[in-house]
Amino acid sequence: MSFLSMKRFQRALTLGALVAATLTQPALAEMKGLEIIAPASPGGGWDQHARAAQQVLQNQGLASGVQVSNIPGAGGTIGLAQFVTAKRRNPAILVGGQIMLGAILTNKSAVTLDQVTPLARLTGEYTVLAVPADSPLKSFDDLIAKFKADPGSVSWGGGSAGGSDQILASLIAKAVGVSPSKVNYIATAGGGELLASALGGHLTLAMGGYSEFQPQFQAGKLRALAVSSPSRALDADTPTLKEKGVDIEFANWRGMFMPATLKPADKKAYDETIKKMVESDEWRQLLKQRGWVSLYQGADDFAAFLAREKQDVAAVLSDLGLAK
Amino acid sequence: METLAALGHGFAVALLPYNLMWCAVGVTVGTAIGVLPGIGPALTVALLLPVTYGLEPTSAFIMFCGIFYGAMYGGSTTSILLNTPGESGSIVTAIDGHAMARQGRGAQALATAAIGSFIAGTFGTLALTFVAPLMVKLALLFGPAEYFALMVLALTTVTAVLGDSLARGLASLFLGLAFGLVGIDMQTGQARLAFGVPELLDGIDTVVVAVGLFAVGETLYNAARFRFESEEILALKGSKWLRSEDWSRSWRPWLRGTAIGFPIGALPAGGSEIPTFLSYLMEKRLARKPEEFGRGAIEAVAGPEAANNASAAGVLAPLLALGLPTSATAAIMLAAFQQYGLQPGPTLFDTSPELVWGMIASLYVGNVLLLALNLPLAGVWVKLLAAPRPWLYAGILVFATLGTYTLNNNVVDLVILWAVGFLGFGMRVLNVPVAPCVVGLILGPMMEQHFRRALAISQGDLSVFVTHPIAAGLLIVAVALALGPFILRRRQRRASAG
Repeated sequence: MSFLSMKRFQRALTLGALVAATLTQPALAEMKGLEIIAPASPGGGWDQHARAAQQVLQNQGLASGVQVSNIPGAGGTIGLAQFVTAKRRNPAILVGGQIMLGAILTNKSAVTLDQVTPLARLTGEYTVLAVPADSPLKSFDDLIAKFKADPGSVSWGGGSAGGSDQILASLIAKAVGVSPSKVNYIATAGGGELLASALGGHLTLAMGGYSEFQPQFQAGKLRALAVSSPSRALDADTPTLKEKGVDIEFANWRGMFMPATLKPADKKAYDETIKKMVESDEWRQLLKQRGWVSLYQGADDFAAFLAREKQDVAAVLSDLGLAK
Repeated sequence: METLAALGHGFAVALLPYNLMWCAVGVTVGTAIGVLPGIGPALTVALLLPVTYGLEPTSAFIMFCGIFYGAMYGGSTTSILLNTPGESGSIVTAIDGHAMARQGRGAQALATAAIGSFIAGTFGTLALTFVAPLMVKLALLFGPAEYFALMVLALTTVTAVLGDSLARGLASLFLGLAFGLVGIDMQTGQARLAFGVPELLDGIDTVVVAVGLFAVGETLYNAARFRFESEEILALKGSKWLRSEDWSRSWRPWLRGTAIGFPIGALPAGGSEIPTFLSYLMEKRLARKPEEFGRGAIEAVAGPEAANNASAAGVLAPLLALGLPTSATAAIMLAAFQQYGLQPGPTLFDTSPELVWGMIASLYVGNVLLLALNLPLAGVWVKLLAAPRPWLYAGILVFATLGTYTLNNNVVDLVILWAVGFLGFGMRVLNVPVAPCVVGLILGPMMEQHFRRALAISQGDLSVFVTHPIAAGLLIVAVALALGPFILRRRQRRASAG
């Protein structure tokens, strides 16, 4: 479909929806007055994604009057619950990600991702295992040797309990033949607090998104032992977990959701809009600046991915005793 | 010398009329959002980020820093006048600041807060200019054991706000500690005392409790007594300028508050409340008239206000030197750096000296602008208190409710606010002090997390708290501060008996 006919198609959709609105209920097909909900405080990854999408959608003329609201709390489940129950006139998108999957299970949230429509997977961050520059652990093999000899002596610092970092730590433990419950996992608020603990040598190792740690690698203050990406594309010097014989590929992904009441025709239109957004130069440039890796999937692929991901996360969390 | 030359160059950038304008815009916006509870600098900068995309990075950061500093100035205004702290750093200011305002000394309280903020901001920026790398090195020495010891030290503040009855004070403290338990336990991910309410999973916001106890509870109490014994609220008694006695009682707390605030601000898990607590405690211990504390002592406003502004400068130290964001605002600024393709951290000073030094110089300039903006405003703000009492009370309640809602856009917070407000009313009737409750709520969870992290890392070995020299030192000071006054008093009693 050429750009022109696409526009015409959207216009037709809009017109149809307007007619439908006057007859039945509020319109959803037009990206006018779009509300993007970041179920987290300003500054975090979800908030930054919401604001990045706002900027690109508006600048590319894909939507107008876009607003971002923050509804923080409980790993995104508060924002999710409000998103599902709220009645709105304007279209709305919820930003979310892998941490939400875990939080839904550990918090026994009444509302789940089954009650929303997956719209797109946008980006992901590969997790890196890092130690202070002066750590005696020189390689991933050193780490695993120490961990196998005395699991408790290795403190794994990362984000919230049951979040991506703890899930990956458990997967690694399982892969090397140690019970995940033996991992001495230290949950922190992430960000600066975790980095400072790692730089100060208070933890054996720290886990987090590669881009967050990168400046410290460049400055020679932290050493990367392994990264959870499929290849060395991010960093030619750091081995992947797969190379090290741990068959895990792991990304802390982020995506977008829309209400479950979305009509199939509208879903198709929004899917196209988001596709246009991620294909724009502006979005690509933004990803480069922020160090985000594009893991784009359209609505249908994302829904299939999500179904698998849900099972995997549930299995790990029940191993840890965090979810039934 | 190299630093001075670089700073001089920074001033040349910051004083360009164009940048000066952005600095003025920043401090004005910052002051305004500081006055409104609920809207913090983090949200404001996040909202402005897409708008500033077309600006030069230097100008944008000069504005952001203005907002950051301005919010710190503005935060004290509602604390003092309306007993409604807008952010956790100005909770302590409300205790004596509002008492001063009721006695017609609101203008002086605002003035000592503004000048103290100016002095702390200036010295803090100086420290940022010259000793940031050193501070950051020191901050990295702090691990969970050291943080636990620091929290214990801060907890001794409670002895300064206990009030006349030990039993009532402790009851209030333990109530605060119990509030602090609500929510997901960070280490295990399990919910505690949340009763299936998802909004409680992240715990109870300290600002909501502080506003509930101070603003709502206190206002309900005053309104309830309105017909029986009308306490006079004076908008302004005498001059609105600081008297020489005010100056002489303020300058030492300003400096001491600065000295406490900057290093703790540089600690990645320090928090802006801790230095205000420690400053309050210190001023009460050193004051010539400690009995005035809680009833409108000017030292109790000067010290904590200086401490919270100095800690704001401290927050920038790890951000610029290492790229470590230690507060929500710092995290947004980090995102802003990335928006411009800059990476804060060890290399930023070399790759973008104009930006870094222009920004640091703008902090000095911003401080001067803020003083010029806030001192005359002090006289204007106090006129609020001249409103008829029923209007004033209603105004405070509406303001507190609106501010709490904007905090998280969450109705459950309003329920908590009003439940805590009625509780505060009850405590006030029974003469139970409310400050220990807030201290317990803020410190309890942090103490617990750091304690458990320290023990998890040491695999259950309690000796970490005494074998780490910094932790041991802080704990000894804490014990001395907590028990010192009792021992001294007993000695005095024995001396007077014998």
